[in-house]
Amino acid sequence: MSVLDAGDLRRAQTRIAHEIVERNRGAADVVLVGLYTRGLAIARRLTAAIAEFEDLDVPVGALDVSFYRDDIGLRAVTPTGPTEVPVDITGRVVVLVDDVLYTGRTVRAAMDALTELGRPRAIQLAVLVDRGHRELPIRPDFVGKNLPTRIGEDVRVRLHEVDGGLDSVELRAETIDGGEEGMVPA
Amino acid sequence: MKHLLSIDDLDVESLTDLLDLSEHFVAVNQRDIPKVPALRGKVVASLFYEDSTRTRLSFETAAKRLSCDVMTFSVSQSSVKKGESLLDTVQTIEAMGIDAIVIRHPAAGAPHRVAEWTDASVINAGDGRHAHPTQALLDALTLRRHRELNGLRVAIVGDVRHSRVARSNVKALDLLGADVTLVAPPTLLPESLEGWPVQVSHDFDDVISEVDVVMLLRMQFERQGEALFPTVREYTARYGLTEARAERLKPDALIMHPGPMNRGVEVAASVADGPASLVTEQVANGVAVRMAVLFSLLGSGATIA
Repeated sequence: MSVLDAGDLRRAQTRIAHEIVERNRGAADVVLVGLYTRGLAIARRLTAAIAEFEDLDVPVGALDVSFYRDDIGLRAVTPTGPTEVPVDITGRVVVLVDDVLYTGRTVRAAMDALTELGRPRAIQLAVLVDRGHRELPIRPDFVGKNLPTRIGEDVRVRLHEVDGGLDSVELRAETIDGGEEGMVPA
Repeated sequence: MKHLLSIDDLDVESLTDLLDLSEHFVAVNQRDIPKVPALRGKVVASLFYEDSTRTRLSFETAAKRLSCDVMTFSVSQSSVKKGESLLDTVQTIEAMGIDAIVIRHPAAGAPHRVAEWTDASVINAGDGRHAHPTQALLDALTLRRHRELNGLRVAIVGDVRHSRVARSNVKALDLLGADVTLVAPPTLLPESLEGWPVQVSHDFDDVISEVDVVMLLRMQFERQGEALFPTVREYTARYGLTEARAERLKPDALIMHPGPMNRGVEVAASVADGPASLVTEQVANGVAVRMAVLFSLLGSGATIA
């Protein structure tokens, strides 16, 4: 079941970009740090959007949180890409960017990974989809869409620069032994 | 993967995965705070029955950078001096609760025995003449950061007979597609080279201008019970990477040595410290590779399933 199409995503990203600038009274001190893989793509889109209406290049960093996860040893954890933040984050406002917010455990790991790079003045969180079911006291500052889900369901964000095709967000029913995924009945 | 006892435990895919993972730890090691909490709470025991500085320090540094606790077992200050057997030692440290044992032992096969006795992951840090897999991994990582390994011509020069580094490197380089030539006098080669995917030369001057990489081995005087070459000076004249010989290398040839170096024997000091030398990079990459091995063995989830 498609819950957001390319147009919805574009409008949500534009709104988040405006909210980030509004909340931080401009974005001069802001660094966007995307979590691999789709969070990084979204962070790049946000910085492009801000550049258009604010005439400001907000730096974008990439964060791999694998070595900070709390489920190492419970499942295979493989890093995705290099952590690269092009500016010193100390004293700046870091906006963490991810595609889907779920248990909050990835964000917890991201905050640990981030604080080893410096001491940000503040850390804010932007997500395209908040699907609920938090297991930690974490809440997003900027949300594209609140999407109530069941725990077994799967939220798939597709971005054209990562996945090809058109942007979309889909909600899929629980998969059973890796078989073909059924769609949630409308 | 539960243990790393030999390069034989790896195939091209798992070897490449380990090298890819190592790259992430190279990046971690370049940070201001070169440490991650990945293996917090895991205990690594290092058990060195042979002298070592760089390998032991490298493993211990790797473990600490992954937030492991490290139990260092120094044979000279232990109950081994009172006649404690390897089995008893392993049972003792296992009773204290450990997740991995890093072992170096003069007897080939000792790490394999230890792996049979313990539930912990065992990492071979060098056993006799047999294997030194993490050295081969760090050499492969170091080379891969400079050159495409497939088709690369590598000369491994010196005391191959006593060298676990050579044995492990031949296997790893062969898996990755490099062409290996062993260069040594017949007395410093193993009695049989059957099954070794290598070419052999007894004349360093024959191959020196054709190879992309020269990997020098340490002359292992401590393992040589008999005279295997007339004099050190004659060995150096024929098989040492002297300044004169280094002149004949390809202009972009690379030089490696697993350390510790006998300067002036297998390699001239000026060559070892020259721009073609990767020796210090090898040491730095050693920490990253050992972090990757520890993370793979202790952080994969396989031990819990």
